[in-house]
Formats: sequence, structure tokens, C-alpha cells
Amino acid sequence: MAETAVARKATLNQAMLEAMIGDIVAEARRLGASASEAAISIESGLCVTVRMGAVETIEHNRDKGLGVTVYFGQRKGTASTSDFTPDAIKEAVRAACSIARYTAEDDCAGLAKAELMAASIPDLDLYHPWRLDAEAAISLAEECEAQARATDQRISNSEGATVASHEGHRAYGNSHGFIGAYATTRHSMSCAVIARDDGGMQRDYWYSVARDRHELETPAGIGRRAAQRTVKRLGARRLATQQSPVIFAAEIAGSLLSNFIRAISGGNLYRHASFLEGQLGKQVFPDFVHIYEQPHLKKALGSAPFDNEGVATYAHDLVRNGVIESYVMDSYAARKLGMGSTGNSGGIHNLLIDTGKLDLAGLLKQMDKGLLITELMGMGVNIVTGDYSRGAAGYWVEHGEIVYPVEEITIAGNLRDMFMHIREIGNDVDLRGNIRTGSIWVDAITIAGT
Amino acid sequence: MIKKESIEVAQNMLLVPAGIAEGDLQGVLSQIMCHAVDNADLYFQLSHFESWSLEDGIVKEGVHSIDQGVGVRAISGEKTGFAYSDEIVLPALTQAASAARAIARSGQQGIVKSWASQTGHDLYVPLDPLATLEDKDKIELLERVDTEARRMDPRVKQVMVSIAGSKDIVLIAASDGTLAADIRPLVRLNVSVIAEHNGRREQGVSGGGGRVSYQFFLDDDRGLSYAREAVRQALINLEAVNAPAGTMKVVLGPGWPGVLLHEAIGHGLEGDFNRKGTSAFSGRIGEQVGSELCTVVDDGTLVNRRGSLNVDDEGVPTQCTVLIENGVLKGYMQDKLSARLMGMSPTGNGRRESYAHLPMPRMTNTYMLAGQSDPDEIIASVDHGLYAVNFGGGQVDITSGKFVFSASEAYLIDKGKITRPVRGATLIGNGPDVLTRVTMVGNDLQLDTGVGTCGKEGQSVPVGVGQPTLLVDGLTVGGTST
Repeated sequence: MAETAVARKATLNQAMLEAMIGDIVAEARRLGASASEAAISIESGLCVTVRMGAVETIEHNRDKGLGVTVYFGQRKGTASTSDFTPDAIKEAVRAACSIARYTAEDDCAGLAKAELMAASIPDLDLYHPWRLDAEAAISLAEECEAQARATDQRISNSEGATVASHEGHRAYGNSHGFIGAYATTRHSMSCAVIARDDGGMQRDYWYSVARDRHELETPAGIGRRAAQRTVKRLGARRLATQQSPVIFAAEIAGSLLSNFIRAISGGNLYRHASFLEGQLGKQVFPDFVHIYEQPHLKKALGSAPFDNEGVATYAHDLVRNGVIESYVMDSYAARKLGMGSTGNSGGIHNLLIDTGKLDLAGLLKQMDKGLLITELMGMGVNIVTGDYSRGAAGYWVEHGEIVYPVEEITIAGNLRDMFMHIREIGNDVDLRGNIRTGSIWVDAITIAGT
Repeated sequence: MIKKESIEVAQNMLLVPAGIAEGDLQGVLSQIMCHAVDNADLYFQLSHFESWSLEDGIVKEGVHSIDQGVGVRAISGEKTGFAYSDEIVLPALTQAASAARAIARSGQQGIVKSWASQTGHDLYVPLDPLATLEDKDKIELLERVDTEARRMDPRVKQVMVSIAGSKDIVLIAASDGTLAADIRPLVRLNVSVIAEHNGRREQGVSGGGGRVSYQFFLDDDRGLSYAREAVRQALINLEAVNAPAGTMKVVLGPGWPGVLLHEAIGHGLEGDFNRKGTSAFSGRIGEQVGSELCTVVDDGTLVNRRGSLNVDDEGVPTQCTVLIENGVLKGYMQDKLSARLMGMSPTGNGRRESYAHLPMPRMTNTYMLAGQSDPDEIIASVDHGLYAVNFGGGQVDITSGKFVFSASEAYLIDKGKITRPVRGATLIGNGPDVLTRVTMVGNDLQLDTGVGTCGKEGQSVPVGVGQPTLLVDGLTVGGTST
């Protein structure tokens, strides 16, 4: 019974949002726009933090927003508001139209092609509401943090454990007549603690996130893992400056792939701001590398039935046998490049990479001697040139085993070389995000230290 | 214009349209305070924002947005209950208050103090930047900046220029008697260019702004100067060779390289981390954390600056807070909660991204005072090292103390002379001791041009940084050349 009521509420919300979109598109037409599109989102939920065994914060969230883009021929204007009263919405449409009076004719501007609109909207099973009240959330967070603090006596302090649960409803529609809406949920639990020894303090954390709260790791499991990771960092040393192989641990290896996605994103390509410009059809990874997008994975964190322009999303290869098969584009960038939209307005939806046969322990053994990176700092990645220089922390490995933790070093190289020198991808896939990858072993990188 | 007028303007814009009177605010606060709550506050905000972007020689995009709402906070001991509404109407306010006050069980009734007039500052004109230029003139400004960038050198291939402006009206009413308001303009202009030569492409960026009108970019052709600076950087980068790897002497230029201070010590001196004991600087007031040449302040009272505020987001007037004096750690940056729990005074550093976010200690304008040395002598004193004058951003782990910041324009120093430009490299160091290795401080203090944004726990706020030229005797440079 409760399930049906919940499902009905979601449908009602969606119906309301779809009606609003219809009104906005009609208003834009009334003001003379030749085309228009609108997006609405409503998000609500709860976020609770417990620290040192006591509740620290209870935060109730409710955010909503509406954005409208109008086209007067090839001129475009955009406005947004968080006020959903009819007058405020009309005012937003008017403001967008007013802007379009001043922007220039842009021959690539416009909605995505009508024939690309999602014809049907598959149910990707993304909506699993959790009737979580503050009391219950506090109880879970207490349990999580208590376990972390009890795991090791060197845990001296805590930033706390946080439990969050949110649901979102979003709708998009345009003057092609497309209107689509869907609901999502996102639940998470995290814990960050601090350990101390004569050398100083170290901090680490662990978290779990899922669309369905039944798929979250247990509070005790999260707390224990946060504590273990923290304690493992004690006694960290620096390294001497040297060339070395490195393994990017699964939890941060996704950043290499998101750097890759930026370099093949339409926006950077047409602006001549990517080191991978002109590399479509060329080999940029070793033969065994297969990177692909799967937007329709049920319950997955990155799934979406259509992109931010209503274009139907679809599974496709980005890299096959190490060769770039496709760029990642919205319709504007696609037009600039003389290509077609790949359904990626707003980004990618579930990026996967084929993994090898080894887990992390296996990769360490194969590498034998080198650096295992578990944390990256700073934004030192230049997509125009591929130059890469970031702060790092992790573990030094010898004879295939971790020998001591490492901090206050940088790793540097160029992404072009790093991609070609990927030796192996571990099967320890991290499922907690939009990019699913195992640990990645890269042949040679410059470590800067003492 | 003095504080009282700001309060009236804010009330007219935020409360009057919804028929909410000062008495209603007292009522809502009382409702919260009857729950064993120590403090309660209401933060009303109305925000107008616009941006225009030019690319490929044409203004392709214009965006306008309006956001308004009220955040309601109840604090009981160390606990905070928080709710907000984007509808500024009494029922929504009351509902948010109910949610927030549930942080405490029913108990002793707290007192709501009567309003005390605030003596904040007058650091900027309370204007609406969006109205300070006609839309067609904003477009023309972007086009002129674009033309300037392209005319500088035929190697310039891509130019992107954007301008943004916002006006925030905030009103704060609290149970401790705080009634304050602020009208905050903010503008920025950014230029990004890509230059190409012999198949090699490099980027250059520049920009600036502050709590001023768009006229700021027309005065002294400031907008055009950003174009020239971005092109200059891109052309230099076309000549850059691989940066060295390892620990060496690093001379940092004046102004934006002050990101060093923001990352190395700034976050580590925020009150929340220190009251919890999670910062590498916790419990270290009175200790030597820098050389005697180092005096670092966080100053929210600089006129027209991006990082400045008349009052912080809790209604506390901003001030100049001495963080480090002659190398000795003097103080932390506090919001009301951390100040109370540490038995210290608030310092006007309680900031929040919007009504929908919780306040916490944040920086304003963080900089090192000028020293005595001649910048040329500082460079001449280095036998082998790096001279870094421009940076992207940075990041810090305040518990281990490790921080990074990424150079976007740097040169080798060889036998006291600047030689070749090198590719951008990330520098890494340890906050609690990096300033002990500052051996020379220049007399050329500069603040950044007004482009800084600081992120903490998912909340962004505008900030300023600055410093004179200085020498760090030992910073690790993340290059590729060993």
C-alpha cells in the first residue's frame, strides 16, 4: 500500500512539472520565440551529522529551480528562478526573451534535432524513497561513528558521521513537443575520523552511496573502514624525487577517466582547447582498453533516460581496442564539429571500462616496486596540453607489498603518455559514482619529493 | 549610506512584499527559542545575477537569474537545526522554524533580545551592477576586449570573454538582538585565450572585479588590460619547457600567489576546525609558525574588494584579524558558534553561500603585510630555483597540514637571473612549517585582481588574497624534469 502511495506521489509531481513546462513553452511562443526549452528540478531531503557521539547538525533541504532558454531564430537567451509562482515564471520567460534581443546570431544555436528526442522514457528504477526521520538518521550515524572510534585506539578525534537522504524530481521539455520527467533518490552514509601519533595527525574517510538505501554498506562497515584507512596513514613519509610506476587506487582512478572525458568533450574540442583534438579514430590507449557508456543501467548513480536537451541516451563505445570511437557532445558542440549529438548534454551517464583479471593485491605484486596513490590534491590538469601535475598521498610498495605510507609529494607527466602507458586495470571496481573503474597501473610518472 | 538605511531597504525588498513585519520576526524567533535553544537566527536573501559570454567574436549567451529565500537556524549547545524556504512568506518561515527547533527537546524558554542597531562598515556603494551599463554597452565591452586580445598577436586563435554581475540583499535577525542588513554588489570580467604556434597550443587567463559597478572595467581601460595580460601569458607558455621536479628555493610573485597563504594557513586557522581540534594548528596559539618576517591578516574591511563584507552573514561587522604576527600564531577566524564554544570573540568571519547553506568560519581577504626587501634582490639572491608569478587554484588537508597550489606562469632562476619559462607545475608543502622557511619578504604588497572563489564543504564564497614577493627556502615543485 505504501509503495503505491509513494509511486502515485511521484507521478503527481511529474504531472505537475510537465504541465509547468508546457505553460513555459506556450508563454515563450506567445512572446515571439521561434523555439524554447525549459527544465525544472525539485529536490528535498534530510542531512544529519553526529560527532563524538552527539548530534551536531540536522539539516532539512528543499531546493527548486526552473530554467528557460528561448531562441529568436539563431539568437538565444536564458533565465532562471526559484520562484514557481505564475508571475515569476512569466518574468523569467520575459527576461530570457529580452536577453535574446542582444545576443548575436549564432548559426549553431538551437534545440537538438527533433528526431533525436527520446521517443519513450524507460523506467531506470532510480526512485527508492526512504522514510527516514531525524531520529533514525541520528541512530545510524551514531552507530557508524561509534564503530569507527572503537576500531583502533589511535583514533583520537572525529569529524563525524553523516547520513543523508534526498529525492529529486526533474522535468525537461521543448517546443519540439518533447516533455519528459523522472524521479530519483540518493542516499549516503559517510564517516571521517582522525588518528594521531608522534608524527602528527592524519585524516581519512569512507562512504557509501546508492539510489536504494538497502544497497548501502552497513554503518558499522563504513565506520570500520574509515578508521582502518585513517590509521594506515600514520607514520607517513616523503619520497625522493624519482621516476616510478604508479597505481591509481580504484577510488581515485576515475579521475583519470574524467580527465579523458574532458579531453573528448565537444566543448573543448571545438574551442581547440583539448590535447586530443583530431584524435578520433586514433589509438590513444593500449589495445586492451575498452571504455563505454551505459546510460540505462538500472539503479545506477549516473543513469538517465534522456540528456539535458531531451536527446535519447544510448549505450555506446567511447574507446575500443584503445582507439577513440566517439566524442562526447551536446547538439551545439556537435554542430560546431559537423557531427551529431551523442546524447551527452550535461555530461556522461555511467562510464565503464573493461577490467583485467587482477585485483589490487595482484596489481601490486605485478608492479613489484612503485607508488600506490590513494589521494590526489589540486586541479593541476591542463586539458589544452595534457600536462598533469597534482599533489598526492598513498603508499610505497616494494616486492609487491605496501611498506609505508607516503605524503607531501607530487606526481607529474602528460596525459597523452599516461594513457598510452596504462599497463593494467584492476577488477576492484568502485561502484560509488558515475565512473566505474578498478585500480589503474600506469608505467612511468615523475614523483617530486625531497 | 549608513546601516539603518540598509536595513530599511532590505526590509522593503524582502519583508514588505510578503507583509512580514519586524514583530513577526520576533514572533518566529520566540517560537524557536521556547525549545531550550541558545540562539536562533533568520537570514533573508534576494539575489539577482546575470552573465554574458563572448566566443568566436560574438556574444553567444546571456543568462539572468533571480533567487530568494530565508534560512532558519536554531543552535542548542553544539547542535544546529537548519531549515530554509525559497518562499519568503510567514507560513513558510514558521514551518522552517518548527523544523529547525526540533534540534532541541522542549525545555527552558530562551529570551529573544530586542534589536540593537549594528555599526557595520560602508565598504562599497549599495548599487545594482546590472543597471550600471546598458545591455548593448555590456556587449560592446566584451567585443572590445575580444578585439584587443586578437590584435595583440596573430598567434592568438581562440578568445573567450565573459562578464558577470550580481546584487545580493541580505537581512539578518537573531535572538541575540542582531538586526543587520547588507546590499552587496559584485562584478567580474574574465578573459581566456588560446595561442598556437607550430602545432603547439597554450592557454592564458586573466580577469578582475570587485564590489563595484561595471564602470570599473571601462575606467583606465581595465577590461582591455585583462586581454593583454591573458595574451601575454599564453605567449609565454608557448615558450615553456618542462618544469623541474624536487624541492628547491621558490620565489613567489606578489598578488594572486597569495593563494599560498589561503591554503597553507588560512583554512587551518578557521575556528570550526580549531575548536574541534582537527586542524594541524589546533592548540598552537602563541607558537612560532612562521619566520619573524611573516605577518598575515584576514581583513574583511578593504574598500570595494571582492572578499570584503560590511557585516558577515551573521550580522557581525567584519574586521582586520591578525592571524600571524612576526611569525607567531595570534588568532583564529571565528563565527558566532565557534567563538562561543572557544570562549573567544566573533571576528566577522561567519559566512554562507546563500540562505540555503549553513554559516561557518570562512576567509575574507587574506594577505601578508609588506616587508623590507627589494623584489629584484630577492630573485638575485637565488642561485637555482623557481620564480612563480601566476597560479590557478589550490587545496589543503587541514589535518595533515599538506597543501598544494598550481602555478600557471613560472620561470627558472639560474644564478640569480630569470631564465626560461616552465610549464605549469603544482607546488606542495606543509602548512605549519612552510612559513618558517620564508627568508625574504618584499616591499611590494599586492592584492589579487578580484577573481578568487573559495570552496569549503560544498559552499563557495568570494574571497581575496595577496602578498608581497617572497622567498620560500624549500618548496616541492611538481615538474617532470629530474
